[in-house]
Amino acid sequence: MNNEIKPPLWILLELTHKCPLECAYCYNQLDFANTKDAMSKEDWFRVMEQARDMGAVQLGISGGEPLLNKDVVEIVKKANDLKFYTNLITSGVGAPKGVVAKLKEAGLKTVQLGVQSHDKNTMTLITNNKSAYDEKIAFAKEVKDAGLQLIVNTCITRQNIHQVGDIIEFAESLGANYLEIANIQYYGWALKNVNALLPSQEQITKAREVTNYYRKERKDMKVFFVVPDYFATRPKACMNGLGTTFLTINPDGMALPCNTANTLPLEFPNVKEFSVDQIWNESESFNYFRGDKWMKEPCRTCDEKDKDFGGCRCQAYALTKDMNATDPVCIKSPNHGIINKKIEDSMIYADDKILYRNRLNSLSLME
Amino acid sequence: MKKIKINPNFQFQWEEKQNCYVLLYPEGMVQLNQSAGEILNLCDGNNNTEEINKILCKKFEIEDLTQDIKAFLEEAQNRNWISYE
Repeated sequence: MNNEIKPPLWILLELTHKCPLECAYCYNQLDFANTKDAMSKEDWFRVMEQARDMGAVQLGISGGEPLLNKDVVEIVKKANDLKFYTNLITSGVGAPKGVVAKLKEAGLKTVQLGVQSHDKNTMTLITNNKSAYDEKIAFAKEVKDAGLQLIVNTCITRQNIHQVGDIIEFAESLGANYLEIANIQYYGWALKNVNALLPSQEQITKAREVTNYYRKERKDMKVFFVVPDYFATRPKACMNGLGTTFLTINPDGMALPCNTANTLPLEFPNVKEFSVDQIWNESESFNYFRGDKWMKEPCRTCDEKDKDFGGCRCQAYALTKDMNATDPVCIKSPNHGIINKKIEDSMIYADDKILYRNRLNSLSLME
Repeated sequence: MKKIKINPNFQFQWEEKQNCYVLLYPEGMVQLNQSAGEILNLCDGNNNTEEINKILCKKFEIEDLTQDIKAFLEEAQNRNWISYE
């Protein structure tokens, strides 16, 4: 075992990739329809115990829609007994009756609820689910009534970027403790839909100004604003560097150093075959991007390589077909033109239809 | 004098692997230095500032820590870590 490898701090359990919503920017893999729900309750328990033993402290319970997993309450209880800080990341749609109170009882610390808009029609357009709006409002109320901390996550695309001010007021009316307004990043489904989703630079500047205005006025609710990296000059420090902090487990037990890492041409291990310790410390795929040996120019000699680690590997691979290349978002990348072309295309083909994230579309993409 | 407790949205615990007390919050963690950890460990709803001072002075054989404790608790309250009840 390499003693320089720090243990994972953040574990994300993706309990299922089934979801009642069909958001066109979903971060699940394009071929999610092939991912089976193959983890038993005992499998999840074992993963949590092993990760906690290594020193992990934060646990995210996500999906798909994690509340569709019948064991979710027991998983939260186990996590809480192990002294994880528990975060449920949910759509709030299709939740079993009374589950919020049971989760609170089980020790859940915080709920992250996706809220796409203050406006019902926009919500339906984005989620392709007509009952999403009413169900989410009811769910938020249940969360607050149970005395749980509520974080509202709003993914921003061209469909709702003009509504940022209204969304901030709406989140406040729901009693949110935090609001994260995150421009989506373009991988997987979002990359497929980039022409239909990507806002313009002007729209982002305006949305940021509106957010800053509201942020000054509000002391009780913390508001975060995440810019899409297509409009940045340097890449983001994705996952704080792969294999340094973050571990996600897919519904079939596959362990990944980032939610979408299995889009890379690497073999990732399964927690049904290996312990979390073996996977984290010994597997080839988790070690591959540690350090800077894999880097190419201009990253290798760049004085910012310890700051951004060359950017996102999934984005580099998706756009350049080379997973070791500099993230093309960086203006130093020889492939930066790809990003400019994406931005131009998104204006020319702005009328492209949305390809919703659902089983049929997933299966058709694999043909 | 009011008793002090940690805001229930935070989770405070000793972490063996990190060899320190930590304070956990949504998707984040603060690693506490020894004095901050010792003070927060006593913010369990049973103690006020004076009592915390007494306990820590005895434990570390120091005359008076009131100024340090007050300064830390003010900062902790600004960060919403604790409340007085």
